[in-house]
Amino acid sequence: MSKDSIKIRMPALGGQGAVTAAHIAATAADTAGYYAVSNPFFGAEKRMAPSESYARIGTVPVYDRGEVIYPDIVMIYHPQVITMGKSYTMPFYAGIKENGLVIINSDVDLLTDHDKKVLSDLNVKVLTRDFTQFAIEQAGTELATNMAMLGALFGALGTVGKPAIEEGIKDRFLKKYTASGGTATLDSAIEKKFQKKMDLIQKNLDTASAAFDLTVEWCKEVGFEQMLDAPTPH
Amino acid sequence: MSKRSDMTETKNWSGQTLVTADHMLFEAPRSKHFMTGSEVLKEAVKRCTVDASVSYPITPQSEAAHLIGELWAEGYVGVYFRGENEFGVMSEVAGCAMAGARTITTTSGPGTLRAMENFAQWSGTRIPCQLILMARGINSPLTIQPDNLEVSYMLETGCQIWYAENVQELFDMSIAAFVVAEKPDVHVPIITVVDGFFVSHTRESVMLPEDDIALFPYDPNRAPLPAIDSETPPGRFLRDPFVMKSNYISYATHASWQWEIRSAVERSVPYARHYLKGLVHVTGDADAEIAFVACGTASYQAKEAHRELTKLGIKTKVIKLRTIRPFPEAELLEALKGVKTIFVPEFNVVGWLEKEVKKCLYGKCDANVVGGPRVAGGMSMPAEAILREVMEKINSGKGA
Repeated sequence: MSKDSIKIRMPALGGQGAVTAAHIAATAADTAGYYAVSNPFFGAEKRMAPSESYARIGTVPVYDRGEVIYPDIVMIYHPQVITMGKSYTMPFYAGIKENGLVIINSDVDLLTDHDKKVLSDLNVKVLTRDFTQFAIEQAGTELATNMAMLGALFGALGTVGKPAIEEGIKDRFLKKYTASGGTATLDSAIEKKFQKKMDLIQKNLDTASAAFDLTVEWCKEVGFEQMLDAPTPH
Repeated sequence: MSKRSDMTETKNWSGQTLVTADHMLFEAPRSKHFMTGSEVLKEAVKRCTVDASVSYPITPQSEAAHLIGELWAEGYVGVYFRGENEFGVMSEVAGCAMAGARTITTTSGPGTLRAMENFAQWSGTRIPCQLILMARGINSPLTIQPDNLEVSYMLETGCQIWYAENVQELFDMSIAAFVVAEKPDVHVPIITVVDGFFVSHTRESVMLPEDDIALFPYDPNRAPLPAIDSETPPGRFLRDPFVMKSNYISYATHASWQWEIRSAVERSVPYARHYLKGLVHVTGDADAEIAFVACGTASYQAKEAHRELTKLGIKTKVIKLRTIRPFPEAELLEALKGVKTIFVPEFNVVGWLEKEVKKCLYGKCDANVVGGPRVAGGMSMPAEAILREVMEKINSGKGA
């Protein structure tokens, strides 16, 4: 049975673009007709330090703010979140709700038997995949890992389509964007890499789109059902 | 540089059409945007014909301060510069405002405490400047996360204090704040508070009027105290404190002055009521016997808890305080009619709002006040935590 609102927690490492991903996720969901909110949470801003962001999406107004303590979906952007506890919650799935979803970016299975039992008892499905390698294959850079993760998220949700994701990505990269010094530096680094901004956007879109399709297939395989009510006009 | 002399009767220095606050807030058509609290503050300042802004970086307000600087570069703000630290910033804000400029600044947590002496000086000199306070934990120990303990330090500075709940309220309040602070019979500084990160860094949908309109400029000639002219000899750099003139009049003035500042804050009530559409906002079940009294993000969390409690068949209402100074005593007492238990959820360790509420209710209301739930040091307050607090209190001994 689907719900009227869901909360997504994205533990990542500084520099991976989880803050960007949460903002794009919320923008895309807003475009698709949902109430949506995103926010980051971090300590000292530095590469490889824990950095989390959150997105909340619903067919009802979203009042909840701050850290997502009881998530429906947890997206692990880096194996060190699990292996080194680079997260604001431990274990990484703390607080996850029944029938939830965990997406892990890793080339190896990082779950212990205990983790698997806890998650299985809650009927939480786990998708482990090397989305960094996937991003390198699709976009030619590991910096598109966040786009792959984003595509996977919406592939699993099923109610926010590719045009809305495209809108979210364009909103982030075409509009003047307020970012910290570190993010601005990364922006400029990735822009140089692609020469042209439109190339960057297209590569990001392609990566998200491919990950979207892949996850739709995975959902069918494992029997992961629609989690969030379809948007209603408001 | 944008100069007052570039303005006409109908347009400001950047060519925006001058409008009243009523038009800006209530009449101008609006369209939907999706942005953060920092970004929306830029949009508000852009529409306020601001003469001066002084900045200093500190998380989580750095982006907002930076964006006001962009407005200066785009010609929307008259003067913009970075102070040497927050003490310098707040002193320089005082200087700008005393010279007759509509002035805004932003700070957070440790920056607020570093600048502390100035806030009492602001109200003491009756300047109508605005501080956007993006609350963050103070150094107890160091944190950059949201926590509104710093607001308790501001309560007795003589400044007006408003508290915005979300990105939309930050936009509307920061515009209204200038107008109310500048009323000749008020004319005291105003602090518009939002919770850092929960509002400053949160991206959500917001309705904004077009940016081709802006408030009429501040008119220092209507101020109860004349602006200081530091360029025409004999130049002055501050208002003479009364104590410098050891005579009867100066002592008598000093004796009444602090009362007068607090009276001026109270005189803001009818204006605030008009521009904010009420000093408190009440949502939920009108006949509830359980009420949450909260401000800022805590009221949002209480609304989330109200939704869950409704599913359990428990009636509650949320009384959101929008002004803290003046404290909305009459409105709060009215909203609490029939309420038996009050919860005050807060994002700080001391429970300053609980103390404010208890002081207001003493001898006037029999409701039981529960100070909590409370989180501090950057913790979030999920609805589940509020639910547990409520269930434990109303279902005493039986657990949550």
